[in-house]
Amino acid sequence: MPQSDASQPLLRARGVRKIFPGTIALDGVDFSLQAGEVHALLGENGAGKSTLIKCLTGAYRRDDGDILLEGASIDPKGTLDAQAYGIGTVYQEVNLLPNLSVAENLSLGHQPTRFGMISGRRMNADAREVLAQYGLDIDVTRNLDSYSVAVQQVIAIARAVTLSGKVLILDEPTASLDSHEVKMLFDVVRSLKQRGLGIVFISHFLDQIFEISDRLTVLRNGQLVGTEVTAEIDRVKLINMMLGRELEQEVRSHGKHHAAAGEPRLSFTGFGRKGSIEPFDLSIHAGEVVGVAGLLGSGRTETAEVLFGVAQHDSGEARQDGTVLSLTNSRQAISAGFGFCPEDRKTDGVIADLTVRENIALALQAGIGWMRRIPDREQKAMANDYIRKLDIRTPDAEKPVGLLSGGNQQKVMLARWLVTNPSFLILDEPTRGIDVGAHAEIIRLIEELCAQGMSLLVISSELDELVAYSHRVIVVRDRQHVAELAGYEITTDNMVRAIAAPEREAVH
Amino acid sequence: MTGLKLFSRRILPQLVTLAVVVGLISIMFPGFFEISIANGRLYGSPIDILNRGAPVALLAIGMTLVIATGGIDLSVGAVMAICGAMAAWGITEGYGLGLTLLMALAAGLACGLWNGLLVAVLGIQPIVATLILMVAGRGIAQLITEGAILTFNHEGLIFFGSGSLFTIPTPIIIAIVTGALVTLIVRRSALGMLIEAIGINLRASTLAGVNTRVLLIAVYMASGLCAALAGVIAAADIRGADANNAGLWLELDAILAVVIGGTSLLGGRFSLIASLIGALIIQAVNTGILLSGFPPEFNLIIKAGIILIILVLQSPTIRTMVIFLSPAPVSQADTEKQAVNQ
Repeated sequence: MPQSDASQPLLRARGVRKIFPGTIALDGVDFSLQAGEVHALLGENGAGKSTLIKCLTGAYRRDDGDILLEGASIDPKGTLDAQAYGIGTVYQEVNLLPNLSVAENLSLGHQPTRFGMISGRRMNADAREVLAQYGLDIDVTRNLDSYSVAVQQVIAIARAVTLSGKVLILDEPTASLDSHEVKMLFDVVRSLKQRGLGIVFISHFLDQIFEISDRLTVLRNGQLVGTEVTAEIDRVKLINMMLGRELEQEVRSHGKHHAAAGEPRLSFTGFGRKGSIEPFDLSIHAGEVVGVAGLLGSGRTETAEVLFGVAQHDSGEARQDGTVLSLTNSRQAISAGFGFCPEDRKTDGVIADLTVRENIALALQAGIGWMRRIPDREQKAMANDYIRKLDIRTPDAEKPVGLLSGGNQQKVMLARWLVTNPSFLILDEPTRGIDVGAHAEIIRLIEELCAQGMSLLVISSELDELVAYSHRVIVVRDRQHVAELAGYEITTDNMVRAIAAPEREAVH
Repeated sequence: MTGLKLFSRRILPQLVTLAVVVGLISIMFPGFFEISIANGRLYGSPIDILNRGAPVALLAIGMTLVIATGGIDLSVGAVMAICGAMAAWGITEGYGLGLTLLMALAAGLACGLWNGLLVAVLGIQPIVATLILMVAGRGIAQLITEGAILTFNHEGLIFFGSGSLFTIPTPIIIAIVTGALVTLIVRRSALGMLIEAIGINLRASTLAGVNTRVLLIAVYMASGLCAALAGVIAAADIRGADANNAGLWLELDAILAVVIGGTSLLGGRFSLIASLIGALIIQAVNTGILLSGFPPEFNLIIKAGIILIILVLQSPTIRTMVIFLSPAPVSQADTEKQAVNQ
């Protein structure tokens, strides 16, 4: 039942404070959610979005402030407790059990029983009925992991709604979905809204926020910046609220021209690996940024991995300044002056329990060898230098890197390679999952490094971004390099056309 | 300064536990702290604990490094038997002390190399890979001793088990020197950090250019070498190599010492000193039970009970409870840990 009683919010937080050693994560934040509304929560990484959610669901103990549900003060002791109050949460990484069936996942903890035994038939029937409300007609006896992330996401939502049913918190639910799947998810969200649920929606994608949300609340550095009605705010104002400054308007309509004079620094001929990426030719000059565009799974990451020796190439050869280069493993690539920031920071990038200092020193130390330890003083100086240069937000260099936000972890990754002074840096989705502010800084950094004469290969699914800094763009489709755009040919339109249409190869 | 402070905070729980165990023993057995010198060698219960604890302490050194990489070495007890047998065989065959020791240590290194190759090159899970040698090792040792207990009477070799240097029993000196040397090597070089990096995230370490394969093999070889030292001590102590019983179940004591020392079995941050204190705690419990005069059939039960208490007290749940109940300001490290866990 949609409540029109606007005077009493469904969920309200008043003056919520949360202090972590060294930082105030939330500083007296107010937040209110009406029944039947989608309320977006925005802010840079580290602004306090997750902390606020965790305080609301009891995952963190708040240090001060009240939480009111339908006017009554509540104090959830944990996520289960919050669920009992009617507050359900669905995270970006679906935290269900992939090896159980869909029906089991939906009913886990409250399975229908018959004579003390779990009634499989009723469980499956219930599950089908529940999912039908979400327009999902799937085989509920199959394992959860046999379905796409989007379907899993909907199942997670269905479970959360069944268990709680008043407030639904969606923490970056769309981060790993394609546009079709996002549409499906939004249909579900709209229908829940119709049923009178209050929905908190967290996302980095501004388009999606404008599409789905009724109101939005912006946090910055643990403080409330403001709550606005989405229809009454424009993009520039919103970005200003999030950043607290004007974003530099440096959006170009086409790429840069590069006088690629002389011999290329690196040239790869017929480079490829069976089953992963078809042989390709690629040459990169000093001070040149080569962008790689393509859909997920098209062979973008595979290109990077073959170049860096993570996956060994089985055809072609690499030349550096004219001499043949052996690239059969990453260590050879690193000693040739390569660096690689992988797409998945958590599993392939940072070493979470090591400190910022150790993470920054790691690649350099590995290159020097274990015997000649970089003295603590030098490590510290190095770390502090890059903390300052890249504006890494951390209390000090001795903080475990796993405690930093995504954007800051990405900067630590960059710092790790920059201290090795590489001549060729491969960045795989350097701006994925990080906030607008860090985003702009990383783009600026790419341009700076390039100006200093470094060669870069940057993979990105943000075509605007590629346009902004690339001198050339390689388009990858079906594990093949299908087009190469240079200079004024680099436009988002041209890239989209090359990615999409097999018959219309490229524009040149 | 802060490094020293962090370090003392890190090993404080282990030190307190050791003090409590020793305190309990001295209540039950008032003569505990009496130390005397006879025949140019120290005698007394504390010395006995150090002396008897030396083999497990040596195993714990290698085990700490292996566990820090996220692995485990179940074969160290069997490797002790192999190396003890090797030493006994060498000395009875008349190869001379130097060559005999060299052969015993080389056997330990070879065992470690085998484990390391299985883990690092073939990618077999450490618990399974080292299980192979744990089972096969005693067979190999029996082959060396030809099925019998191979006894010897070479004073030079016996010195490593029951001799003393500057009144201190040799096993204690070997354990302390090895511990100090390994700590120095690991912390003065970059090995420590690289080992921890591997234990926390193997793939990310490889991508950062860490030679993970070689380092993994190296830690298993270090563990084999430590087991070889322990094996020589054990054989020298009884003046013979017993393929069936030398180092029996000691791999479990070594793992326990590392766990009591606070190094996570998942790998990552480690402390050699804490593991050594852990080994001392285990031996203090063993010796304490003997001294207290309980009937010997109770020994294993009492030991298990005491270790259970120690581990319960160190468990994350109890730690959070202590933090929760104590009005004192929560230490930064603990809150950070909680934040990570959530």
